Amino acid sequence: MATTTKEISIGDLGARSSEATHHSATELQGETMALNVGPSHPTTHGVLRLKMELDGDVVKRCEPVLGYLHRGDEKIAENMTYNQFVPYTDRLDYLAPLANNVAYAMAVEKLAALEVPERCQAIRVLCSELARISSHLLGVGVYGMDAGAWTVFMYTFTEREKLYTLFEELTGARFTTSYTRIGGVARDIPDGWLGRVLEFCKGVLPVLDQVDKLLTRNRIFMDRTVGVGVISKEDAISYGLTGPNLRACGVDLDLRKDKPYLGYDKFDFEVPVGTNGDCYDRYLMRAEEVRQSVAIIRQCIDKFPEGSYYAEDAKKIFAPQKSKVLTSMEELIQNFMIVTEGPQVPAGEVYFEAENPKGALGFFIVSKGGGVPYRLKIRGPSFCNLSILDKLIPGHFLTDITVILGSLDFVMGECDR
Amino acid sequence: MELLNTSLPYLLPIVYAVAMISVFMGLCAYSVLAERKVSGWIQGRVGPNRTRLPLLGHIPILGNLMTGLGLFQPAADGLKFLFKEEITPGHVRKSYYYLAPIVALAPALTTMVVVPFGRYVDADGVMQPLVLANVDLGMLIVLAISSLGVYGIVLAGWASNSKYPFLGGIRASAQMISFELSMGLALLPVFMWAAAPGSEYGMSLFGVVQSQQSAWLGLWQPLSALIFLVALFAETNRLPFDMAESETDLVGGFHTEYGAFKFGLFFVAEYAHIIIGSAVFVLLFAGGWNFLPWLADPWGDGLIGALLSVGWFMAKVFFMIFFFIWMRWTLPRFRYDQVMSLGWKILLPVAVGNLVLNTFIIAIYDTLTR
Repeated sequence: MATTTKEISIGDLGARSSEATHHSATELQGETMALNVGPSHPTTHGVLRLKMELDGDVVKRCEPVLGYLHRGDEKIAENMTYNQFVPYTDRLDYLAPLANNVAYAMAVEKLAALEVPERCQAIRVLCSELARISSHLLGVGVYGMDAGAWTVFMYTFTEREKLYTLFEELTGARFTTSYTRIGGVARDIPDGWLGRVLEFCKGVLPVLDQVDKLLTRNRIFMDRTVGVGVISKEDAISYGLTGPNLRACGVDLDLRKDKPYLGYDKFDFEVPVGTNGDCYDRYLMRAEEVRQSVAIIRQCIDKFPEGSYYAEDAKKIFAPQKSKVLTSMEELIQNFMIVTEGPQVPAGEVYFEAENPKGALGFFIVSKGGGVPYRLKIRGPSFCNLSILDKLIPGHFLTDITVILGSLDFVMGECDR
Repeated sequence: MELLNTSLPYLLPIVYAVAMISVFMGLCAYSVLAERKVSGWIQGRVGPNRTRLPLLGHIPILGNLMTGLGLFQPAADGLKFLFKEEITPGHVRKSYYYLAPIVALAPALTTMVVVPFGRYVDADGVMQPLVLANVDLGMLIVLAISSLGVYGIVLAGWASNSKYPFLGGIRASAQMISFELSMGLALLPVFMWAAAPGSEYGMSLFGVVQSQQSAWLGLWQPLSALIFLVALFAETNRLPFDMAESETDLVGGFHTEYGAFKFGLFFVAEYAHIIIGSAVFVLLFAGGWNFLPWLADPWGDGLIGALLSVGWFMAKVFFMIFFFIWMRWTLPRFRYDQVMSLGWKILLPVAVGNLVLNTFIIAIYDTLTR
């Protein structure tokens, strides 16, 4: 698959910061009030803290303070084998752990120049898309809740619960799935699971329609979101936004289309692109992406490949089956080496990013050979998406902050890592 | 005996008042339950269904039914508020802080006095309202006293001495001022029709109901009814107008710093205002205890008739309460400035226009029929 490159300008850093300060230096009347929102506040979806300066009800300045959920994941990664780090990726964007697992495994496999079998790819596509649905359902639901429509949240959350049951069947855990291994996935899909996924897909669309009826043409919701939190195309690119937030601004960039991985080029789906870049567009993006994900899942299950769910020839990377380990000497040694030393990956460095629900989740891995990364850097899409806050928020009402934050749909687990 | 006879005229109102407050507080408690249950049903949940009282809850089938419907939940909620630790944050202005919940609840309980909830036929065959005080200026008293409720919220906001409640208090006061105006203006045409010069009822709520025997005012004053309803939502601080609380951006709004029973009072006050608001709306625009728009008062004389009228009136009020709950769990919240512009730029001009229009119609009508 030939990839095309796109002109993307990141702009001048100095000009950007001076513009941001200029933006807030508009004329004031009377005194301003300093207001601290978070780190524990219903609107911040976790532990984001915003230091704001209010003029009446209008925000004059906003400074996001991050790091309340910092765990040092990147440093932790240097002290464990590649497979041991998979559970840590669950905790990045914890609303779509499966997609993180997949992105991480693919990054390491890219370093090892390993191609996983078709069946494994299909399983991973299912994982990514189900995770996308799960994340966007919560994104849309919480967004509705932020705007005051609680019921939307309950409707979408009910569907997520069904998804969690599917995840539990697949991985053994509802929330922290840790499903992928380098070179494959932890286990094959259970019997009849695909049918149940299809059943879920059938059930999720009517719920989306309900949400549509409750929000999309709702006058109050539109008043709250249309023209609020507008991000221009240029800003979106220069601040490094990705995912639905970028596409809402009218930039047609979806890694699944532009740099296809996991055989995404075989699927027929559309990438919704917005026009205004406001909160309303960001809501529409997510709702539509769920529909597209359902379409991908259906196509994927339609032609679900047979074969192995892991790379059988990667003897030094994927641990052999337990039954073989107990009967054959060679496999026993293989298993021992992979468990103790980790999957053997050649020296080199690699950057891979996947189109996750929140945006492009990237892993940059430097390896000096062996089973442990020398350095692992994570590009969290939420972190980059939040970087625009100090430019985006000033000038809006305090109540708008809720909607803007909700529309950016960030997860602090990924932001602080 | 002699003492009883002389003191009876004084004792009786007290007994009535106590009975009325008990029933009213019971209604508040069960509106809270209704809110929780109805929201549960709307959202595909079950709602409270676990609380079980020792004896009542163990009656064979009925006990399970009552438990499932959550009928014992209000008792548990109330006890929780009572027995929680009473926390007073160190930074508050104590006297105002304690005063605020009282100021919030008292107006609702006071307006209840002039709200009729049924009618009976007295010995002379004249229809009389069932009300604690049948005041000629009934509606004015309701308007005057119920708008005092905002002081509770504003006081709470200021006394908490903390930023989120402060913002909530400011929003609440601004919102009240803007909607009080259009509410009053929406009511004027109603009384221009119902209490025409020379009519015996004046501005009493009983008179308004009696004047609706042929047609409900809501049907031929739909604009007034609509404006009143919207203003009612704003006045009771309910979603989509709950600027004072706005829990997603103001945490808890004016009651952020309140807990335990003091919060309980705010909570009850909100529902008390809803009930009073619903009752007033039913009396003014939905015919009170009149049966159907063109089928007035088939209830008959005697105790049965009186009870039927009360029952029918309450049924309408319950529907209104349900409507309040329904709206809350369906609609998103307005932004503060949008609420303001709705109040000043839409409702107020429409209310004034409605008033002028009705004035002309009445003038023409009077001229023609004179």
